[in-house]
Amino acid sequence: MSESVVTKEHSQDTQTENKDVIVSYKNITKSFGDVEVLKGINLDIKPAEKVALIGPSGSGKTTIIRMLMTLEQPTSGEIIVDGKNLWHMEKNGDLVPANEKHLREVRGDIGMVFQHFNLFPHMTILENCMTAPIHVQKEDKASAKERSIEMLKKVGLGDKLDNYPSQLSGGQKQRVAMARALVMRPKIMLFDEVTSALDPELVGEVLEVIRDIAKEGEMAMVLVTHEMEFALDIADRVIFLDNGVIAEEGTPSEVLEHSDNERLQQFLHRFRS
Amino acid sequence: MRGIEITITVLILSAIFGYLFAFIAGLCRLSTNPILRGFTSFYVEIFRGTSLIVQLFWLYYAIPMLFGIDLGSNLLAGVLAISLNYGAYMSEIVRGSILAVSKGQSEAATALNMSRFQRMRLVIFPQAVRMMLPEFGNYLIQMLKATSLVSLIGMHDILYHGNILRSSDLSAAPTVYLLILVFYFIMALPLIFLTRKGEAISKKGVASQ
Amino acid sequence: MNWRWDMFFEALPYVLQGIGVTIGLTFACYLFALIVGFGWTFLRRIPNKTINWIITWIMEFIRSTPPLVQLFFIFFAWPMVPYVGVTLSPFASAVLGLGIHFSTYIGEVYRSGIEGVEKGQWEASRALNFSTTQKWTKIILPQAIPPTIPMLGNYLIIMFKEVPLAATIGVVGILHMAESFGSVNFRYLEAYTIVALIFLALSYPSAILINKLERKMNRRFDKKAALNSMNESKGAVS
Repeated sequence: MSESVVTKEHSQDTQTENKDVIVSYKNITKSFGDVEVLKGINLDIKPAEKVALIGPSGSGKTTIIRMLMTLEQPTSGEIIVDGKNLWHMEKNGDLVPANEKHLREVRGDIGMVFQHFNLFPHMTILENCMTAPIHVQKEDKASAKERSIEMLKKVGLGDKLDNYPSQLSGGQKQRVAMARALVMRPKIMLFDEVTSALDPELVGEVLEVIRDIAKEGEMAMVLVTHEMEFALDIADRVIFLDNGVIAEEGTPSEVLEHSDNERLQQFLHRFRS
Repeated sequence: MRGIEITITVLILSAIFGYLFAFIAGLCRLSTNPILRGFTSFYVEIFRGTSLIVQLFWLYYAIPMLFGIDLGSNLLAGVLAISLNYGAYMSEIVRGSILAVSKGQSEAATALNMSRFQRMRLVIFPQAVRMMLPEFGNYLIQMLKATSLVSLIGMHDILYHGNILRSSDLSAAPTVYLLILVFYFIMALPLIFLTRKGEAISKKGVASQ
Repeated sequence: MNWRWDMFFEALPYVLQGIGVTIGLTFACYLFALIVGFGWTFLRRIPNKTINWIITWIMEFIRSTPPLVQLFFIFFAWPMVPYVGVTLSPFASAVLGLGIHFSTYIGEVYRSGIEGVEKGQWEASRALNFSTTQKWTKIILPQAIPPTIPMLGNYLIIMFKEVPLAATIGVVGILHMAESFGSVNFRYLEAYTIVALIFLALSYPSAILINKLERKMNRRFDKKAALNSMNESKGAVS
């Protein structure tokens, strides 16, 4: 942890930044053992912006969003969420590594949907959605229930409220997972290869829900995805990650159709063939 | 047959304390505090590494001598020996079950901004307990069998009364011991069915790797 | 604190006299259980529902009643049974009692090993037209036995820890020696502590050894067998 302590001047600098940025990665690196997965990522995300992260496996795209969700700690650098430093906090005028309390304060605006759904198997669909609003956000039970039902209806599962996750198809599970995250009313939603674990015929229903959410517009979304057509369709910006650095970024059409980055071309070629 | 109430009392008390020790030790072994972890590992290895009957005799005969204190009664020594012994074994089940809940569950709970305590209480623990059920049932039967040892430290359980009967009429021995075996089996039956129920419950509702 | 080292060193050689009997009894019981276990496995494979049901419940009966009472039955009651009753030495009674008790567990281990062999293997041996003997000796058993070895090893350790029960019917193992030392000198503390230390010194390293063996096996065989072994190694039996 000690290597990620930064000077105070630097941090104040970041606090006074442009209000138009909701998430900011500043020179983030991440190593697992001897392997450096991310080699200095600088990335700003605007409120309501939809960002698609693409790249070969092992390029570190999942690690980027996992660090934002506090599931992985950066080796060095800072992440600023809505003006607050995520992994560091102030203590007696010094910046020190964040404790659990600080992490909870900052990550409250972030939601995540996982590749393998990670629904709670011992709870019904409804309970999966209600639990966090009640226990984490201290919402009263009736209103949490009402909002959860509404959200589950929105993802097309209004008739499955009392089912258990094991009784659902993969596509349905993933829609529950999205409803569960949305009930928390995050400002930023992270999608970690949410269609990768699904049978091909179930991918469509999940993408449809994401598209609906994206259209509503007010949330920032970061999607790690292999669905290029989908990225082209809903993303405002596409980022191509290669070897732990951002190798190309721009609008979907710039990146997916008009880039002359050789590695990117190779990567896309594999997907189109 | 007399002495059944003693057998059942010892079983119930041993089970309560056994599960209690199992949870305490199992959670301590998962703690990040090395002293706590070391201490509980020591306890678990000592009690798993030696025989229950040796532990029982040690608690009953040796402890009072070592510290000059009397454990007060053979009930206390018996219950303590059985529950410490099986608590040590079952703590491994507690630890293993908690570790077996997939990492994704804890990550999903983090993504919903749950605190460490909430993650444990709402997500990990309910799933881990389901996994523990069949083994806990098995150990309950083991504890029932173990209660027969308390007759060796002078408690008046079924076996003790059986031994008395036998010594007053040697030819009655086959009937007496067969009856005792049947009594134990009748007591074990509900536990056997409970264990099977536990197996059925644990098969659903758990996300393990 | 009331620990006396002089008593400790006086008791040590005395108690150690029993170690040969304790270890010998452990292996004798274990061997007996291994053999009888085969019998159970064989009996349970008889394709008759009634017989299967009866065997299952006999095993359940032996398994869920205390070995101590079973020992008493064999040692004290068996000689009194008309016609078939014979008087057995304490050692033989212990081998019979503990051996039969644990054979029901061992039988389950064998069964899990056999059931762990994939269905395709049975079908393949049929497809290749092996005889029944060939099927078992060449295909099934070579695959069924290795995954059970760590489990069987665990039961050896468990058996070792159960053997002191035999002291109650007069087998002069280490526990019995400690008891008699205690009653002669009115000092139980050091003698029982020695017994505990001996158990720890022998069973702890064996447990580590078995653990290593198990991990090695898990790497060699599929994960399913590994999972089975986790569920089956039930720990102490008393």
